[in-house]
Amino acid sequence: MSTNAPGASGTIFSGASGTTFPGASGTTFPGFADPVLDAQAGFRAVLQAMSRPGQVQRVPLLPELPPGLSAAAAAVLLTLVDAETRIRLAAGPEAEAWVRFHCGAPQVAAGAAQFVLDPAAGLLALDPGTEEEPERGATLILDVTALEEGAGWRLTGPGIRESHRLKVTGAPAGFLADWATNRARTPCGVDVILCAGDAIAALPRSVAIEEG
Amino acid sequence: MTHDPGYNFAYLDESTKRMIRRAILKAVAIPGHQVPFGSREMPLPYGWGTGGIQVTAAVLGPADVLKVIDQGSDDTTNAVSIRAFFRRTAGIATTESTEAATIIQTRHRIPERKLREDQILVYQVPIPEPLGRLEPRIAETRRMHAMADYGLMHVKLYEDIARHGHIATSYSYPVMVNGRYLMSPSPIPAFDNPKMDQMPALQLFGAGREKRIYAVPPYTSVKSLDFDDHPFRPIRAPHVCELCGSGDTYLDEVLTDDVGGRIFVCSDTDFCSERQAMKEAAE
Repeated sequence: MSTNAPGASGTIFSGASGTTFPGASGTTFPGFADPVLDAQAGFRAVLQAMSRPGQVQRVPLLPELPPGLSAAAAAVLLTLVDAETRIRLAAGPEAEAWVRFHCGAPQVAAGAAQFVLDPAAGLLALDPGTEEEPERGATLILDVTALEEGAGWRLTGPGIRESHRLKVTGAPAGFLADWATNRARTPCGVDVILCAGDAIAALPRSVAIEEG
Repeated sequence: MTHDPGYNFAYLDESTKRMIRRAILKAVAIPGHQVPFGSREMPLPYGWGTGGIQVTAAVLGPADVLKVIDQGSDDTTNAVSIRAFFRRTAGIATTESTEAATIIQTRHRIPERKLREDQILVYQVPIPEPLGRLEPRIAETRRMHAMADYGLMHVKLYEDIARHGHIATSYSYPVMVNGRYLMSPSPIPAFDNPKMDQMPALQLFGAGREKRIYAVPPYTSVKSLDFDDHPFRPIRAPHVCELCGSGDTYLDEVLTDDVGGRIFVCSDTDFCSERQAMKEAAE
């Protein structure tokens, strides 16, 4: 069965006659070295980030990253996404094959997704949940250039004692204006996990951001 | 320490943990809102902390030190069994010391010692819906939460005052979280309610039978409902602890014989024994 050898651009699954199933392209990029404890550490980083908005946390590192994903975004996906979550991912074919293999999450349109990693997806185009079920609001995983505490945006809200400064380099144009609109509709809204390298910081929908 | 190899780390399977983790994150993002989750059958009956255990299992890591209290006490059956459960299934360290713990699972009390930023408090919740006794239809209470329509609860408290002259709710006293959601603090004594306000630690609530998770992030406003002319007053028995002499902690009344003998002692056993040790050291 040498034809079944997995390859970065090859296929893992093939039929008895050698025909490949559509969409069954594989990946050679690994998941967490320890799927149980690394996912736990990843979750604690996200939980800490979400409950203390603007605090920068480190995620557990993967042995090797698929092209198109930051270490932080990859760890967040492995930690939270699986076959039960609808996802919108636009990070290149290798990243998509990697997510398909390790998470098995169905790809949907951005507006219907629970987790979104798509630079083209606008904050206000995502599912904000409903008044009765605001927990259905999407989580946007947003890659930025750098995250730094102590300067920049001034954050206030639940989880923050008085205020917290977070400098975000490389946020999308118009993000703060969109964020003000997003926050105004709480408890509905979208929560954001900012990713830069292996660092994350979260912006739950309840947090207020002033330009610093 | 190692865990029993017959179980996944911390008992639950990974897809269940992910589901609970996603629910916890949304609960933290919407302080006080009850998030439904697919509560699993656990190896203990409903009412013994199945919700709290599932939340703890999803959060817990090998470096954590777990404390479990039941009505403030570290040595009751429920607390001892849950600590043993996680020692066996997760191989983690457990403690009776509030100071040494990183995760504290609690049934019906908040420790007397002030909690820190690096701690997580997990509540076992029997009835998550604060409006349930006033409006039994879940579809209706969900609508009331969506509209922040909490007049019914104010009427209930007003009727207390009309009937008894004061608000006669001594536990499970309803709170407003972040000025938006009415929340049940679980059946902690009203005495503990003020500790929830602006607490440095993250507070997570798990209701296993009712399949709800909710949360209060650190440094979040938690206000007990009241009226301007009938402000909220935390109630405690007007005595001092017989064992440690504390005059400002929550007390349990303990019968000592069958001829009316009774003493009052701290409900928080760790806090009380710490104070007793300090008193002995001073003497």
